[in-house]
Amino acid sequence: MVKKKILDNNALYTIIAILIGFVAGAIVLALAGINPATTYGKLFDSIFGQTKYLVYSVVYGVPLIFAGLGVAFSFRTGVFNIGAEGQFVVGALVSCVLGIKLDLPAVIHVPLCILAAAAAGALWSMIAGVMKVKRGINEVLSFIMLNWIAFYLSNYVVNLKGIKADGKEATVDILESARILFPKEILTATGCKSFNYGIILAVAAAIAIWFIINKTTLGYELRSVGFNRFAATYGGINANAAILKAMAISGAMAGLGGAMQILGNQMRIAQFASQEGYGFQGITVALIAGSNPIGCIISGLFYGAMKYGGQKLSLVGAPKEVLDIIMGTIVIFIALSHILKKLLSGRGK
Amino acid sequence: MDELIKNLGLLINATLVATPPLLYAALGSCLSERSGVVNIGIEGMMTVGAFVGATVGYFTQNAILAFLCGGLAGALIAVIHAIACVSGNADQTITGTAINFLAPGLALFVSRIIFDDSTDTAPITGAGRLHKLFDGVFPAGSFWNNVLNVHIACYLCFLLVLVMWFLFYKTRFGLRLRAVGEHPQACDTLGINVSKVRYICVILSGFLAGLGGSYVTLATVNQFRPSVIVGQGFIAISAVIFGKFTPHGAMLACLLFGFSSGVKVLTSAGNVVSPNLISMIPYLATILALVLFVGKARVPAASGKPYVKSK
Repeated sequence: MVKKKILDNNALYTIIAILIGFVAGAIVLALAGINPATTYGKLFDSIFGQTKYLVYSVVYGVPLIFAGLGVAFSFRTGVFNIGAEGQFVVGALVSCVLGIKLDLPAVIHVPLCILAAAAAGALWSMIAGVMKVKRGINEVLSFIMLNWIAFYLSNYVVNLKGIKADGKEATVDILESARILFPKEILTATGCKSFNYGIILAVAAAIAIWFIINKTTLGYELRSVGFNRFAATYGGINANAAILKAMAISGAMAGLGGAMQILGNQMRIAQFASQEGYGFQGITVALIAGSNPIGCIISGLFYGAMKYGGQKLSLVGAPKEVLDIIMGTIVIFIALSHILKKLLSGRGK
Repeated sequence: MDELIKNLGLLINATLVATPPLLYAALGSCLSERSGVVNIGIEGMMTVGAFVGATVGYFTQNAILAFLCGGLAGALIAVIHAIACVSGNADQTITGTAINFLAPGLALFVSRIIFDDSTDTAPITGAGRLHKLFDGVFPAGSFWNNVLNVHIACYLCFLLVLVMWFLFYKTRFGLRLRAVGEHPQACDTLGINVSKVRYICVILSGFLAGLGGSYVTLATVNQFRPSVIVGQGFIAISAVIFGKFTPHGAMLACLLFGFSSGVKVLTSAGNVVSPNLISMIPYLATILALVLFVGKARVPAASGKPYVKSK
C-alpha cells in the first residue's frame, strides 16, 4: 500500500525528471570535455557558499514565483498561459514608466506602480481571453502574438524621449520612492544590494492564489470549467466569464512578476535583443510545482537559484547555457511523466 | 521615374532577403500542423540551424554543405519533439516550449566551446557564404540586379512551395498527412500508420526550419549571434495561420511579412518610423486575421491532440 502511494505521488516523477535533467546536463558537459562534478560543485557553491548568495538567489526567484503562479493558475482552469512572457513585459514596462514619471511619496508610489503592473498584465491577458471567448480563437496562438507585440512595445517605449537614458540603450532609473528595497540595515547585513519586499509579496500571492483556487466559489467554478467545460456549463456556471476571470488573474500575476523585477532589482529596462524568458521560465516553475501555488514558491526559488548560481559557471569554464539544457530536459520529462508512471507502477497495459 | 523603379527594386530586394527564412520555416510548420502536431519549437530549431550553418560554413568554406547541415541539425532537434509528442503523447505546446529552451541553449553552449567562450561565431568569409545566382550578370544597383540576383536558396524556397503544394494535394502521402491531421482514428482504421506519418512530418518540419535558420546566417548576417532569429520562428507560425494552413497561403503571408521587414530595413536609415513599431506588424496582422477570418482559417481538427491507439 505504502509503495503504491509513493508511486502515485506526482512529486516523485518531478524529482525523477529533475534528476534526469541534471544527468543530461552532465552528459553534455562531459562531451564538451568539462568536468560535470566541478561544474555542479561550483553551481552549488555559488548558491549556498555565502549568505549573500542565498539572498541573491531569493531575489532572482521572486519574479519567477509570480510568473509561475500566473501559469499555474491558468493550468488549473484549463487555459495555457503561454503569454505570461508578454504580460510580464507589460507589467515591467508600466511599473518602470510610472516609477520614472510620477513623483509621489513612497507609500503611494509603490502600491500604484505595483497595482498598475497587475492591471496591465491582466488586460494584456484579457485580450487573448476575449478572443477565446468571443471568437473561439485558441489562446496559445494569440498569446504568442501578444508576447512579441509586448516585446517591441517595450523596445519602442524604452527609446522614447524623456524615458531613455542618454548614451544607453535603456531607460533612466526609477525614482527612489518607487523602489521596494528592504531598509539599508538589512541590505548591509545580508550583503545583497537588491534584497526587497518582493519575497514577502510572493509568498502572500501564493497563499492568495491557493485560497482562491481551493476555498472560494470562484475557484470552484474555475476548477470545474478546467475539468469539463460542458459539465460546468450544464451545472449552471458561466464558463466564458470564468475563463475571462481566470485569464485576468493569471495575467495579473505575471504582470506583478514584471513589477517585482523592476522595482526590486533592475530599477530600469534595457532594450531587448531577445526575449528575456521570464514567462517561459514561469511555465517551467509551474510544471515543476505540479501547478500547486505553494509549490511554486519552492520551484521559483529553485529556478532563481539556478539562474543566479549559473552566472558564475564561466569561472570554471562551463557555459551557463548548460542550465537551459537542464531546464529544457526537465520540462520534457515532466511532460512525459505519465509514461514514467505507467512503467514504474506496472499498470496500463 | 528612374528613381521610382530603382526604389521599387530595392524594396523587392529587401523583401526577398527577409522572406526565405520565414518561408522555409513556415513550410515546415505547415507540414507539422497539418499532420496534427503543433510545433512551436520551430523557433529553437531555426536557432540551431542558424548556428550549425554558420559554424560549418566557417570551417568548411562550403556553403551548400553548411546549408544542408543547418537543416539536419533542425531535424535532429525535431526528432526529440517527435519522440515526446508522437510516441510519448506529451503535451505538444509544453514540449515545444522545452525545445525553445533546449535548442538555443545547446547552440550557445557549443558556440562557447568552439569559439572561445563567445556566443557569436566567427564571421563567414568567401565560399562559406551562400552566393548569389547572377553575380555580375546585371549592372550593379540596377532594377534587375536587385530583383533577380538573389541567393540560390531564395529561388529554392519558392520552388519548394510548388513541391509542397504538389505533395499536399496530388500525392497519396499528402492525402494521408492531411487526413491524419483531421481524423487519426479513421486513418488508423483504414490501416494508415498515424505515428509514421507524424514522425515524417515533424522531422521534415525541423529540417525546413533548420534550413530557414541557416539561410539567415549563411546569406544575410554571415555570422551567428544569439539574436539572429528572434521571433522569426513565431512569425513563420503566424504565416501558416494567416495562410490558412496551406503552403501557397503561407507563402503569400511570408511575402507580406517579408515586405514589412523590408520596409523596416529601408526606412530605418531615414528614421521615419520606429523600426520597433514596424516589427509589430506581422503579429498585429495575425491577430487581426484571427479575429476577422477565424471561421475560414480552421485549425486541423486533430492538431495538438496526441493520438492514442485504442485497444
